[in-house]
Amino acid sequence: MSSLQSDHYPRAVNVDLQTDATLQVDISDALSERDKVKFTVHTKSTLPNFKQNEFSVVRQHEEFIWLHDSFVENEDYAGYIIPPAPPRPDFDASREKLQKLGEGEGSMTKEEFTKMKQELEAEYLAIFKKTVAMHEVFLCRVAAHPVLRKDLNFHVFLEYNQDLSVRGKNKKEKLEDFFKNVVKSADGVLVAGVKDVDDFFEHEKTFLLEYHNRVKDASAKSDRMIRSHKNAADDINRIASSLYSLGTQDSTDVCKYEHTHKIEARVAADEDLKLADLLKYYLRESQAAKDLLYRRSRSLVDYENANKALDKARAKNRDVLQAETSQQLCCHKFEKISESAKQELIDFKTRRVAAFRKNLVELAELELKHAKVKGLVTVRSR
Amino acid sequence: MCVCVCVCVCVQSGPASLPAEDISTNSNGPKQDSLFDDDPEDLFAEATEEVSLDSPERDVLLSDGPSPAITPITPPTSVITPRIGLAHDDMFTHSSFDEIEEEEGGDSFDIHIAVSDPEKVGDGMNAYMAYKVTTKTSLSLFKTDEFSVKRRFSDFLGLHSKLASKYLHIGYIVPPAPEKSIVGMTKVKVGKEDQSSNEFVEKRRSALERYLMRTVKHPILLKDPDVLQFLESSELPRAVSTQALSSAGLLRMVNKAADAVNKMTIKMNESDAWFEEKQQHFENLDVQLRKLHASVESLVCHRKELSVNTAQFAKSAAMLGNSEDHTALSRALSQLAEVEEKIDQLHQDQANADFYLFSELLGDYVRLITAVKGVFDHRMKTWQKWQDSQLLLQKKREAEAKLQFTNKPDKLQQAKDEIKELEGKVQQGERDFEQISKTIRKEVSRFEKERVKDFKTIIIKYLESLVQTQQQLIKYWEAFLPEAKAIS
Repeated sequence: MSSLQSDHYPRAVNVDLQTDATLQVDISDALSERDKVKFTVHTKSTLPNFKQNEFSVVRQHEEFIWLHDSFVENEDYAGYIIPPAPPRPDFDASREKLQKLGEGEGSMTKEEFTKMKQELEAEYLAIFKKTVAMHEVFLCRVAAHPVLRKDLNFHVFLEYNQDLSVRGKNKKEKLEDFFKNVVKSADGVLVAGVKDVDDFFEHEKTFLLEYHNRVKDASAKSDRMIRSHKNAADDINRIASSLYSLGTQDSTDVCKYEHTHKIEARVAADEDLKLADLLKYYLRESQAAKDLLYRRSRSLVDYENANKALDKARAKNRDVLQAETSQQLCCHKFEKISESAKQELIDFKTRRVAAFRKNLVELAELELKHAKVKGLVTVRSR
Repeated sequence: MCVCVCVCVCVQSGPASLPAEDISTNSNGPKQDSLFDDDPEDLFAEATEEVSLDSPERDVLLSDGPSPAITPITPPTSVITPRIGLAHDDMFTHSSFDEIEEEEGGDSFDIHIAVSDPEKVGDGMNAYMAYKVTTKTSLSLFKTDEFSVKRRFSDFLGLHSKLASKYLHIGYIVPPAPEKSIVGMTKVKVGKEDQSSNEFVEKRRSALERYLMRTVKHPILLKDPDVLQFLESSELPRAVSTQALSSAGLLRMVNKAADAVNKMTIKMNESDAWFEEKQQHFENLDVQLRKLHASVESLVCHRKELSVNTAQFAKSAAMLGNSEDHTALSRALSQLAEVEEKIDQLHQDQANADFYLFSELLGDYVRLITAVKGVFDHRMKTWQKWQDSQLLLQKKREAEAKLQFTNKPDKLQQAKDEIKELEGKVQQGERDFEQISKTIRKEVSRFEKERVKDFKTIIIKYLESLVQTQQQLIKYWEAFLPEAKAIS
């Protein structure tokens, strides 16, 4: 069980949102219980929709997913990039390690044990902070979006202080989702083949496809790199503690080696936050952008089909009115999506560039800081 | 600076005999007290003969195969006069060893051996690697200041086995030779010119160099004629008995097994707490060093992995930069890719440093400690031998007492003769035991000093390499930062 106060964690992935006073959302506290995490969602708002100006509720991960899915399924929001859902909190690996440590307590010295315990606890805390940040970013994106922030479900999510009774999807529903996804991707392939008249969207389509794949690759590779770095750092910690015990046995003073390499572990963790999280986040966002384009293409195809149907109906002079209304509907939908999609994609680019800039700068600064400290400590310990 | 020393190697011909043979080195030290010429008290002056390195007597000692047990005899103390400066009498009295150490410590240890230029000789399964062994020294022990010879791996093993058979059982810690590797050598023989076989050859070359340096750092071993021959003479008889599958090899394995069994059955009555404490100390050290060695090997492996993954990430980031349509961001991502690539190279170099500096040294010390433990075991064996001969003497005395009452004068005489011989053996056994205990004390303190020095040197070198890495990292990230900031 661990709890987190709001001033303790940095925003891991900054998406550079304009927060205005009318609606500010953040996660002020979080509690990790055995198999679930409870987030305290804190809202400050001057909007008349809410009963109070400032209030908090407790939400769990499933409720965030429910909110996200309700956006996705809402036809009215087809023309917007739906902020990607936060990933499920996953403490399994960390918990397993802590358990293994507990079992192996007898086989190592007291100092080794306390040291490893501290490290694992720090790791657990880092994962915890990350999941809190991810959930917060989701809410902030929704709150910053001019249309989504007005969504009723969103307001219920923020304000209703009882349990939303949203159960996770059961097996049947998960299976349905799976098939829906299969159909969707097949459809996506078909739809993607349709060449777009509009240059902007055509360009965006090709760009996003390539970009998404490359981000996926970069994200996977950065994960591997960081895992190796962590492994090396773990080894270094083990070496440092062995050297220390060797040093205390003789009078060689090699224990200072230890310090330089605590820093190595921290460098690995920071790289993780800046680089890997950034890439992962944009992996999800670019997927959401692709989804938008898919919806637009879908509506374009529908529109074109409706046109063809109208022509056929006019030719046969049968059900013309029906075909006309259907065509008008499709046209209207398509134009609406196109209009908002354009703006969304432009915003996406701006956000992306800003986020990359911020994170790359911070990454470089952190690396510099650590390299300097490490060099200094190494020199001092000679 | 010259070190004038004479090694007394005596073949046991009877109790309390004076050294029958001397092999002394050139003495050309005007400043030192001259050893042999002037001192009127020098009882050994006539016995000493300048024996050149190619003398026939020397060849006797250099024969391949198990050499006869050569036990140095401490001449009765009345004969040896304590001398100022270097004593030329045998090395094994307390005072002389100390003085030699002081000499050694005073001037710089002036011999440096390099193993280089591995080249493949021959083809197929009979091929082998020949290494050039270059010695640079100003010690008068050698004929010239700088010379080199070609040696192959089995020559090194042969040298070690000769030294081990001569010195291990009297308590000297003989540095172990690098390990054989059938897999590694086969790859080289077959002619695979790839990364791993090059690494293997480099690893072996470095190990051979460390082995030789460690051997010559030992003041006794340095003077050993086998060592001198190894370093100097251009032709060396092939050491056949080092082959794993030879009869000598099998004999070695059998002996090892027998030793292990014996060790378990000897119950030594340890009267000297120092030895008990030291044995425990070495047991602990063994465990810790093994653990450390395992961690360092794991680190080397992970760093290599990290380097590979960093390179892959760099490529991926470059691709991402290519597909990014915002020009400044695209450029920054490409820069990031370049930085990561350079870092990958750094990691690679760091891994090599980890390996060569640290891991190999630890491996050496793990093997050295095994040699140290072996020396302690030899002491136990020496004690056992002494006890056994004491027991035998007692039995013979009892038998003789019984014989007193029978009328068998010739048997009685025989018994008396045997007893006299056994008494001598018992005395010898006691002396041997004391000798080996003394030698071990010296050796252990020398070993510990060397170990601390070695580790300190390596760690300083390692830390320096770390500092370098950090400085490089700083340079790279400092170059990247403005690019990142330039994204608008």
